[in-house]
Amino acid sequence: MKELVALPLLSLVLIVQLAIVSRIPVLGGYADLMLVTLAAWSLQDRVETSWHWAIFGGILVGWSSALPWFVPLLGYLLMVALSRLLVRRIWQAPLLALFVVVFLGSLIVHIASILILRLTGTSFLIADALSIITLPSLLVNLFLALPAFPILRDLAVWIYDIEDEL
Amino acid sequence: MKTIFPRSLQTTIIFLVVGGILALALGGFFSSASDSFGNSLISAQTWVSERYITIRDFFNAPNDIVSLQQRNAQLESEISGLQTQVIQLQQQLTDTQVLAALVDFSQSSPESVYKATSVIGRDPSPFLHYIIINSGSNDGIRRGMPVVTNQGLVGHIDAVIADAARVQLITDPASAVNVRLQNADTDALLAGSLTGDLALEMISQDLEVQEGDVILTSGLGGDYPPDLLVGQLFNLRKRDYELFQKASVQSAVDFSRLEIVLVIMNFKPVDIAPLIPVETP
Repeated sequence: MKELVALPLLSLVLIVQLAIVSRIPVLGGYADLMLVTLAAWSLQDRVETSWHWAIFGGILVGWSSALPWFVPLLGYLLMVALSRLLVRRIWQAPLLALFVVVFLGSLIVHIASILILRLTGTSFLIADALSIITLPSLLVNLFLALPAFPILRDLAVWIYDIEDEL
Repeated sequence: MKTIFPRSLQTTIIFLVVGGILALALGGFFSSASDSFGNSLISAQTWVSERYITIRDFFNAPNDIVSLQQRNAQLESEISGLQTQVIQLQQQLTDTQVLAALVDFSQSSPESVYKATSVIGRDPSPFLHYIIINSGSNDGIRRGMPVVTNQGLVGHIDAVIADAARVQLITDPASAVNVRLQNADTDALLAGSLTGDLALEMISQDLEVQEGDVILTSGLGGDYPPDLLVGQLFNLRKRDYELFQKASVQSAVDFSRLEIVLVIMNFKPVDIAPLIPVETP
């Protein structure tokens, strides 16, 4: 039953994202709190619900954003897949894995957004999008990943009653 | 030892001597001596009194410090409460000023019916320029309604749920608004961008436009009512090899600080899509 904490937690993350984080731009970009949360959660040891979290978080963001609903959902699912792949290979270095997952996950979501916007007829230069929006967003996401990882590790310890080995 | 004088005479002499001394003292003849004595006495008393007060304070001081600390904490608590009140009142004052400006604006355009609503968020995607307002279909908000502030055009309603709605800003890269230049009396197209800058396109090469020209909505296309203030033209770019002139637009609205906006309730956008001819194979 403790896994159900994902519902209020991810809802809270969405509220903070819409009300606060999206109002603090760095150049043209800003942090993706949902992505960072999902990345930090999926890299926790013994966590088995990262797919559920990704689906719920993706639906929440897709519902609230003007982007097509499947773009954030697809991006988060791809990021979790990458995360599950990495956690088996470089699990000894969770912070390194976290940075890799957040970096690549942000790129995946942004590239998916750029592609879908271009396909729907929005006119802009991809180079501008990458330099003005993607690059600052990447930096902010990586910065936020540092505190997010220990917070979600504590949550995983609480949910799965595991010993904190780190 | 045998006394020379009888006892009654001794008593009389002592009384006379004492009485004489008192009479002399009262008459001021001993003033210097009494002053010296008094000063010595007062000095001694002062010294003793000061030592006593010091010793008494030494023993009573802890109680005073505790009471002072309690009083200090109480006063600090009151100060923080008052500071909170000041901040709340300042916020209320700011809101009141914004609302007063909006009321002035709505009174200046009595033909429109406005609904004031708060901005509660922004789109989670940094590629889009949308805001979320806390009024929805329960408040009569419908898709396509224009959104303004007292400063000018903000955008239009893009999606609605029961108690909230999403507004596409005119700065969104997918936004295009038909506008007219007030001085040149010509139409043009206002386009948003990723960075939130506004660009004016489709200005004929033949037209003489100047920086500072006021830009208003034209009403063409049926998306917005005419004559809503958009901004001012600046940074005009005219090249001979291009079909149209281009310019940047300084918006009248500060989109980074949107807090309260007005939805124009009595404007129904016209969908002209059926009128656009479709190529038949």
